[in-house]
Order: sequence, then structure tokens, then C-alpha cells
Amino acid sequence: MTLFLGLIARELRLSVRHGSDTLAALLFFLLAGALFPLAVGPAPETLARIAPGIVWVCALLAALLPLDRLFGAELEDGSLDQLLLCGLPAAAVAAAKACAHWLVTGLPLLLAAGPLAVMLRLPPEGIPPLLAGLLPGTAILSLLGTTGAAIVLGARRGGVLLPLLVLPLAAPVLIFGVGAADVGASGLTTRANLLLLAAMFAAALPLCPLAAGAALRHAAE
Amino acid sequence: MAVAPLKPYKTWVVHTPPGGHGAAQRFGGQVLEGQGLAAFRGERLVFSGLRFAVPAGGAMLLLGPNGAGKSTLLRLLAGLVRPEAGSVLWHGEDTLADLPAHADRIAYLGHQDAIKPGLTTAENLRFRATPAAIDTALDAVGLAALADLPARMLSAGQKRRLALARLAVRPAPIWLLDEPTLGLDAASVARFGAMLAAHRATGGVVVAATHLPLPLPDAVDFVFGAPA
Repeated sequence: MTLFLGLIARELRLSVRHGSDTLAALLFFLLAGALFPLAVGPAPETLARIAPGIVWVCALLAALLPLDRLFGAELEDGSLDQLLLCGLPAAAVAAAKACAHWLVTGLPLLLAAGPLAVMLRLPPEGIPPLLAGLLPGTAILSLLGTTGAAIVLGARRGGVLLPLLVLPLAAPVLIFGVGAADVGASGLTTRANLLLLAAMFAAALPLCPLAAGAALRHAAE
Repeated sequence: MAVAPLKPYKTWVVHTPPGGHGAAQRFGGQVLEGQGLAAFRGERLVFSGLRFAVPAGGAMLLLGPNGAGKSTLLRLLAGLVRPEAGSVLWHGEDTLADLPAHADRIAYLGHQDAIKPGLTTAENLRFRATPAAIDTALDAVGLAALADLPARMLSAGQKRRLALARLAVRPAPIWLLDEPTLGLDAASVARFGAMLAAHRATGGVVVAATHLPLPLPDAVDFVFGAPA
């Protein structure tokens, strides 16, 4: 457990040192979201209708940005071998990576999603279900993304392949996440959507690190 | 030109110099053993039927031409590559049965230095090491004065020395070294010799692939044949 936390601390230290990479995903999220009022017009009722969708799609795309380098940098400089030899199972290394990705990308997106939703005129009662959906949603994206990044590791055009692999898997998360915010905005109960998201998180939590760990071992061979 | 069919390499001949096995007796038996190891690199059989044994405090030098499988054998011993056949034994136990436990015994130095340019010299060693151990290890490779410098400012030789320091931050009985002295000056090689001697004095094992002379007295040579 000390090793696991040590690995997360190492990742966080690296992210702080490469601050511009870390901020890029967040700025992309805010900028992409801010483009929609310019494109579809500032009419409050139109924006409010599509606001949950915009927030979710932008969060999904922003979470993909740092995945390309998540393991790529480690493979190139030989650190991947050292990580696999650190005494943790490969699945635990992948889990620590996913955890660090969520802390560095998912959590800031979650914090920025509220202001962005207000900017897009989402009614106030829609914001709590939006954030409640994004909490497991971003965590699932980190887990799926880590798995995808580990699988395409070493592939020649991994950066292109990665979204093709991860985005279809993320579709159910998107559907129920946006569903929760939509239903919430119209004043109905969001319980079913949120429970489904939580169930997806519960399934991804053990399965994704296992798959990612196996992929990492394969990439190191 | 027609593409030649894939051919397996020759099986290797192990040359154990006189005194090699005697040294084993002195140190009380073999601790690291390879039995009938075979490995593929892609579609090609790199080696097969490979056997060796290293005693406690012993050292084995892997010699041979490029592409003969020296690095593959080191990665196989580290548990990074799975052998197609055979097994690696540590004190008679199969190491592949529990990879995380085996990883705990290993200090591996690859071709690449695995150094993050954004972190400082000391921070590069921080994962898995106590501050005191980091100071001692940096001192051993002569980088103590540069501990707070970002690693991107280090020269190629200094980066290699930092990678060598990683071997010493944590007690690991098996050192697997891939061209450890590449790019090092004479003084650094001498310091590395002292590190190796200290490691072997505690019963540690060294397996090193190299084309350069290493400061490893009475090491057993393991000569890989030329690719067929």
C-alpha cells in the first residue's frame, strides 16, 4: 500500500513539474465548452437544452488528451521496466496510473464543470445531478482510458488508435450521465441513471486495471 | 533478393573458466540458476537450452555479438520476458511463480536510464527510497553535489551514474546490468567497481551484459555464440 501511494505521489510530482500538460486538458475543456454559445447562438433555452451534452462530451474529449503520454513517456525512457519491477503487480501499477490520471485530469474537470454549466445556462436544479453523474463518470473514463492507453502502447499510431478504442466504450457512460442531468433539469428523479453509472464504475474498477496490467506486461516484452 | 527463411540461432556453449565452480563451493552453493531457458524475440528463437548457475556473491558476464540475446536473457531473469521453456530458480524456488516477490529481489539497469528530466536528481530516486538511502547512493556515484539539480541538466554520463545510483538505494540481492559502464569516465568506473564489490560482499549476485571490461574480479564468463 505504501508503494501504491508512493507511485501516485510520483505521478503527481511529475504532473506538477509538467504543469502546462496538466492544465492543457482543463483549458481545452473550458475553451471547447465556450465555443458552443458562439456556434449555436446565445439563446438561453437552446443552450440550457444541450448544456449537459456539451459538458459531458467536452469532458470526455478532454480526459483523452493526456492519455497519449500516460504510458508512452514511460515506455520511451525505460521507466516502464522499472515500474513493472517496483514490487507491485502490473495491475496495481495500472490502477495507480488511473488514480493519478483522475486526480490530475478528472477532478479538475469535475470542478470546472459547474461553472461551465452555469455559463451554458443549465437550470440550477440540473447542476447537482450533472456533477453527481460526472463523479463516477470521470473515474470510469480514467479507468477505461488507462486500459486503452496500455493496450495501444507500442503501436505505431497509438495516439490515433486510442480514441477509436476508448470512445465507443465510453458511450454508455455518456448516455446515462447526460440522462441524469437532463432528467434532473426537468425535476424528475435521477436515481436510476446515477445507480447505473455507479454500477459501471463498480465493474470498471476491478476489470480495467487487470486488463491494463496484462497489456503493460505484453508491451514490456 | 529473396527473403531468407527464419532460422533459429545455434544453441549456446557455456564456457566456465577453471575456478568458476570452485568459487561456487567457497560461497556455499548456487543461488541463481537457469535451467533449459529458451526465448523468442518476435518470430525468431533467440536462444534455447540455456543453463547456468551463479553462487552467492558471484558474478556472471554475458558476452557475445550484438543480437545474440544478452539483453533478452537479462529481461528474462528480471521477469519482464516470459521464457518459452525452462525456468529461473532463486534458492531453488521458481521465480516466475510470484513475479512481484521476484521483482523485489531485482535491481535492473536497462539500456535506457529511466530518468525523468523534469524531476531533480534526488527526486528521480525518491520512489521506493528513504532520504538517507538516496544521499548514500548519490554519494557512491559522485552526484551528491548535484542532488537538487533538474535531471535534464545532467550530461549523458551523469545520467548513467544516476541510473547506477538506483541500484544502491534499496537492498536487492540480484543486480541485472545491461551495458552498465556505457559512457562512464575512468573515475566513475572505479566508483562503480566499489559499489559492485560492496554488493557482492553481502552475498549479492551480479549478472551483466557488456562489451567493455567491467570491474568484476573473478566473474564467470557466459559466452553467447554468433547468430547462425
